[in-house]
Amino acid sequence: MKKRENNIRPKLDTIILKTATNYLLPLLIMFSLFVLIRGHYLSGGGFVGGLIASIAFVLHSFAYNTKRTISLFRFRPLYLIPMGLSLSLFSGLLPFLISKPFMTSIWFLDSVAVIGAFGSALLFDLGVYLVVIGVVLTIIFTISENV
Amino acid sequence: MLLLIISIFIIGFAILFLRPTKDSKYFKFLSILPFGLFLYFLQFIPEIQSAKKNLIFENQWIPSLGISLDFKIDGLSLLFSLLITGVGALIYFYASSYMSRDPYINRFYCYLTIFMGAMLGLVLSDNLISLFMFWELTSISSFFLIGFNTNNEDSRKSALWALSVTGLGGFFLLASFVMMNSITGTFSIQELFSQSEVLQSNYQYYVIIAFLFLGAFTKSAQFPFHFWLPGAMKAPTPVSAYLHSATMVKAGIYLLARFTPILSDGEVWNMVLMCVGGTTMVVGAFLSVFKVDMKSVLAYSTISALGILVFLIGIGTEIALLAASTFILVHALYKASFFMITGIVDHETHTRDLTVLSGLKKKLPIVAICAVIAALSSAGVPLTFGFISKEIIYGSTFDFDFWTYNSVLILTALVLITNVFLTSAGLLVGIRPFFGKLPEKFENIHKPDYKLWLPIVILSVFTLLFGAFPFIADQGIISAVTTSIYRSQITQELHLWHGWNTILLLSGATIVLGFILYFIIKPSHKTVEKFDSLNRIGPQNIISVIAENIKLFAFKYTRFFHNGYLRSYILFIIVFIIGIVGYKFFNDVTLKINTNDLSPFRIYEFVIFVLIISAIIVITFTQSRLTAIVSLGVVGLSICLIFVVYGAPDLAMTQFAIDTLTVVLFVLVLFKLPSFLKFSNTKNKIRDGIVSISFGILIALITLQALFYPSNKEVSKFYAENAYLLAKGKNVVNVILVDYRGIDTMIETVVLSIAAVGVLSILKYKSEDEETRE
Repeated sequence: MKKRENNIRPKLDTIILKTATNYLLPLLIMFSLFVLIRGHYLSGGGFVGGLIASIAFVLHSFAYNTKRTISLFRFRPLYLIPMGLSLSLFSGLLPFLISKPFMTSIWFLDSVAVIGAFGSALLFDLGVYLVVIGVVLTIIFTISENV
Repeated sequence: MLLLIISIFIIGFAILFLRPTKDSKYFKFLSILPFGLFLYFLQFIPEIQSAKKNLIFENQWIPSLGISLDFKIDGLSLLFSLLITGVGALIYFYASSYMSRDPYINRFYCYLTIFMGAMLGLVLSDNLISLFMFWELTSISSFFLIGFNTNNEDSRKSALWALSVTGLGGFFLLASFVMMNSITGTFSIQELFSQSEVLQSNYQYYVIIAFLFLGAFTKSAQFPFHFWLPGAMKAPTPVSAYLHSATMVKAGIYLLARFTPILSDGEVWNMVLMCVGGTTMVVGAFLSVFKVDMKSVLAYSTISALGILVFLIGIGTEIALLAASTFILVHALYKASFFMITGIVDHETHTRDLTVLSGLKKKLPIVAICAVIAALSSAGVPLTFGFISKEIIYGSTFDFDFWTYNSVLILTALVLITNVFLTSAGLLVGIRPFFGKLPEKFENIHKPDYKLWLPIVILSVFTLLFGAFPFIADQGIISAVTTSIYRSQITQELHLWHGWNTILLLSGATIVLGFILYFIIKPSHKTVEKFDSLNRIGPQNIISVIAENIKLFAFKYTRFFHNGYLRSYILFIIVFIIGIVGYKFFNDVTLKINTNDLSPFRIYEFVIFVLIISAIIVITFTQSRLTAIVSLGVVGLSICLIFVVYGAPDLAMTQFAIDTLTVVLFVLVLFKLPSFLKFSNTKNKIRDGIVSISFGILIALITLQALFYPSNKEVSKFYAENAYLLAKGKNVVNVILVDYRGIDTMIETVVLSIAAVGVLSILKYKSEDEETRE
């Protein structure tokens, strides 16, 4: 009985999906970064970007398995959460250096190609991006491992 | 002053770091803390006597709400501060020997110090809110002290009782304070003095004093809330001596005395206090002589003494207030000493049973002498301080200028009965264990060390000193106390000798009758049992039945609303919204639908609509989970299409990504489950259908209605115009997220993280548990 339960889920062992994923994963992640960076001028932003990146990893885990996906990281996706949170907080604290109130946006470079202006707001968005990836992957991988 | 009180708390926590076994012998030095404070407060005595300037220490806390940490020293608060620190110093010293073998002595001192800080804050606060805060802190620290022996079930139970009774009172007290504030607009006690007429003429006046009374009566163990106090005697004896006789229970008295000049209307206020106080003093005194446990006797006589104080404040004449002020000090002196004596007896003989104890004077001579002094003071024998207070207590009831002939008789008789029983109770504890034949088993008890008996000797010396020279206490502080309650200069003074008069006769009669009663009533376990059987109709039982029912109700309520099924939570929430929003909507709003400005109908809108509807029908009637999930995905993606059509690309992107992930998540969880085992029955389906259709109709109506009103576009216009100017961004949605409302976003990410950590911890721990079980 127990054995059957384990086999209830047939392996998605398709060579097409695996091959496609190998190319899709970097493409999707690049796309997610693109969405993140363009967010300040056009539709996009850290939250959507993070979601797209997590979808990329979830796709990879479907093609292979969760363990293999986690091994793509040097650490567990859980650790992305504190990293992202502290990055957001750091970007919020930056204005203190020039004695402005918390979370005032400051700008380092005014016109960079594609990105536009580069400032603390982008750092903040990057933090959101990391948190979202960390949260989504932690939740989905934990559930898929334990259910 | 603020610094002083805060540092008491900090020291309290620092004590936790002392190690019990190694540093035990150093704990006696902790009594330097209260003693130092005692000396600090002593220096205010000359300033209080001159009464020239107000001793106010102002500290802002939340100025916008009128809440401050102002402290004020007047006669009343100074007397209490001196009692708290003075008795505190003795208790600290005493406990260093009494508790020396306790492994948690550091915790004990921590709680005790927190209590002392809270109590000082309470009596010094000049702001209602900070007073309330300290009031609650005393209840909480008292809870820990009563339940100090955590492995004793009785002790835990009575700690809970004390906390719930005083906590209940505290709740009403807060309500009373808030009402006072809403009438007068101030939380400052000083400013309330000038507004006393405003308060008394307000129609809420009776509610205010009723709530205030509830607070004071629960704290000061007045009938019918008195039962928690005997229970609280489960605490270690130093705690009983400190909290439940000398200080904390007098907080209610302090409150009444403090608010007498503000709230006393001369009729209701006084009548209620006299009735409740009178009942309490008679009942407490009567019950006290039929107990066999020394601590029980003391507990009931304390209740009675508190009743006397409430009664005297209720009388409210100058001499009565003088009597109350004196009696606070008298009672603190002899009752603290009684408790510590009981502690010594218990410590040396390991029993407090009055039927067993006798003849201890041979073994504990110093303690016996102090016990006799305390007993005589409680009986009111001349040359003890008790005599002075007893004289003026009779003086305040035996006052033909103020009362009618009948009331004099009734009041005096009540006080006489109380005092006779109290005298007898005092003799029971102070004389009985020490005289008579020494039983053999007590032949070998060892002598208490000086840390135990020195505090009692000090208390006894003060009792005799004030008894022989009452003007020291009077000039020192009592007259200032009375002035601050009476609010005008007083003319009465404390005298040792009032001449041959009826009052002296009454005092004499009290002593004689008390002695007679003492010889008639022999403590026995049988009478205790008889009285215990009466408890069934006592207030404690009634209240515990009520408490049980509240618990039962809470249990049933929780079972109904928190049954663990997500579907019923959603059902409750939606039904509630339909009810409350629908009610408001149909009651207050005239339905108008603006059909003029609607945009022309487009074919792809219709397509999306059909898509959504058909997906929903599939979800409702499908027999497979997978189909349901996929259809749900179709609904989500159709909503994405709606966002795209109406020009919200950001929302559409997010919705798209979220929907994908949701479907993945559902598949992960539900794929492994067997196919539906139980279909919801037709009745449920019809119910759910009605709920969801009416919710949909409601939302649709609200949306249509919203179109009718011109919307305020100021905020969105500001965002749109300034996005590039202020934040150098052209995507307004993103600028709002990362810049305008960045703090919101940051907190949202924190919420997300908490959710992830929650999922992780629930599932991981569960699986690890299962692994270890296997």
